[in-house]
Amino acid sequence: MRTAQVIMETGAHAAALAVKCARVDVIPGYPITPQTSIMEALSAMVEKGELDARFIPVEGEHSALAAAVAASAAGARVFTATSSNGLLYMHEVLHMASGGRLPVVMCNVNRGIFAPWTLWADHQDSFAQRDTGWIQFHCSSNQEVFNTVLQAFRVAEQINIPVMVNFDGFVISHCFMPLNVPAQEDIDRFLPLHEPEWRLDPAHPSSFSNVTNAAEYASFRQMLSQDIMASIPLVKEAAQSYKDITGMWDGDTIDTYRMEDAEVVVLAVNSMAAELRLSVDILREQGIRAGLLRPRLILPFPAQDIIDALPQNAQVMVLDRNYNFGHHGGILASELKSVLFGRRHDITVKNRVMGIGGVDLTRRFMADEIRAMLDE
Amino acid sequence: MTTSIKKLPDTEQVLSGNGACGGCPATMALRMVGKALGTNAIMLLTPACSVASMGMTPKLGYNWPCINICFATAGASASGITHAIEIMKEKGRLQGELPTVFSWVGDGGTYDIGFQALSAAAERNENIIHFCYNNEAYSNTGVQRSGATPRGSFTTTTPTGKVQPKKNMPMLMLEHNIPYVATATVAYPGDLYDKVVKAKNISGMKYIEILAPCYLGWQFDMADTVQMSRMAVRSGAWLLWEAENGKISFNSPSSHIINGKRDADPVNEYVMKQGRFNRLLNGADAARRIAEIQGDVDREIAFMRERAKIMI
Repeated sequence: MRTAQVIMETGAHAAALAVKCARVDVIPGYPITPQTSIMEALSAMVEKGELDARFIPVEGEHSALAAAVAASAAGARVFTATSSNGLLYMHEVLHMASGGRLPVVMCNVNRGIFAPWTLWADHQDSFAQRDTGWIQFHCSSNQEVFNTVLQAFRVAEQINIPVMVNFDGFVISHCFMPLNVPAQEDIDRFLPLHEPEWRLDPAHPSSFSNVTNAAEYASFRQMLSQDIMASIPLVKEAAQSYKDITGMWDGDTIDTYRMEDAEVVVLAVNSMAAELRLSVDILREQGIRAGLLRPRLILPFPAQDIIDALPQNAQVMVLDRNYNFGHHGGILASELKSVLFGRRHDITVKNRVMGIGGVDLTRRFMADEIRAMLDE
Repeated sequence: MTTSIKKLPDTEQVLSGNGACGGCPATMALRMVGKALGTNAIMLLTPACSVASMGMTPKLGYNWPCINICFATAGASASGITHAIEIMKEKGRLQGELPTVFSWVGDGGTYDIGFQALSAAAERNENIIHFCYNNEAYSNTGVQRSGATPRGSFTTTTPTGKVQPKKNMPMLMLEHNIPYVATATVAYPGDLYDKVVKAKNISGMKYIEILAPCYLGWQFDMADTVQMSRMAVRSGAWLLWEAENGKISFNSPSSHIINGKRDADPVNEYVMKQGRFNRLLNGADAARRIAEIQGDVDREIAFMRERAKIMI
């Protein structure tokens, strides 16, 4: 491991630096708060010649992802980023990227959804894209954002499925934290040049995403579904290989804290999960045997790893920063319950929705909430 | 001099056995485009007639790599491809002459749902050719109105005739200050061929719109596609022109109509040969409705004649 430098950076700039280190070819971009500073940083790197890539300043997010998808089909390594309504505006193109098996990597800086207008973090945007066939990571620190962008390219290109790297607006995107930037030769060893099996090439005329008959279409969809599940070992392998080369580890499909003898397991994602480590410490001081289980991977949902990580008879407190409309509570809780059903009768699940639209989630507030949930 | 149809290359990029309707003007036009572009090209299509007719996966009726993209995205998608191949060549990952990147899109994907992304690509002066094969309606979904449907035309969403005139899309593209804009139609294949050859050799954004009389949508005999195309030009309902770096010039025979050497044929005969108009022209207001259509044609001729005089 050769750490080239430790710098102070925001989460947004950590993402941009990772894109540079990934030697990306094409970056179509459109600004939206709080993602904007990723695109500003990347366009500056391209203008200054620090990053040998094309920045395409498109006129909207739908076009940003469309240009990304097409550039990927032409054989380039491609990155874009968005937030909130920008991600929603991309919705049909998200499906084309996954259905087209194009290994685009995109950061989504989580922000609540209009209406009414909000600028601050919650997870409705990325969770609303759960069924678009993208692999989805959720990150809890600036360093993890940097590390995960690189791991995302590796996984995406191995299995030809696009990857979304999510992290919270402002709390991560705009806050400075120390950032380890590995040596470029180490990153190159971890992430070799993109050599797609197939690309749009006049020497080999072929049609891409053309009309299919029902049986062929069904077969494409089945392969996508199976390959999304097959990405789990690749995610683990990428995390392990990244650790071997850089020494850094954020967990693989999941990340855990003080889980060894836990009776109360808190389950949450993104920056609130970083804060929850402190809540777990507070609860431990109060005599409650608490632990934290943070899924890094939301799609595919790492069912087996979560089941294996849960201690016998644990009470799981799921803290959702989103709503599962039409049900009580949030989406993470529903996902967890669906994987536990018929497999872990010993587990109880409780759920609260909090932090919507950027409502502040302090360690004490969350510790109090968890203690209150124990009495329910 | 316009290239004679006899001198066009024998090479074919539109292969036999595709699924187009008999007399399909888009496929005829694409054949001419293929002769001009050759094999070294990448084709983008939005969901439309030309995708439906190119064959079911994995078969392909066109001799290019073809990508079917999201409907609204021709301008953005073509930009992505052209930047990708250029940077890969700069980095040494692609060798040889770069292929021409072109979009082959109907009037829906150009005038309407695709307008925003196309306008942005033009404003960025992306190095692509955008072809609009304009059959003046959403033909692939069964003939609904589009921004290119002329006033008075029946479509399934204008059952008593469209009330509004069409918009002048080639002119809108010209106002983006792009290096090349041209109009063409299938009755003048040499004119189309020459314009595509010219566009291929210009760097930056090129827009070529091809009037494509669709027998299904326009309701005429499928053997009469070329005749209908010619009547559109001779009546002045379609003007053949091109603009290099903003300078408009008209092509024969439209040039003769513009400079007054030849009168445009009255639209009456053109209109009455098409079911999309004449099914609505049986009532007492027939004369008024034809006069309205004639008025729209006359206005466009007058506008283009004057607009072409502006050279700054």
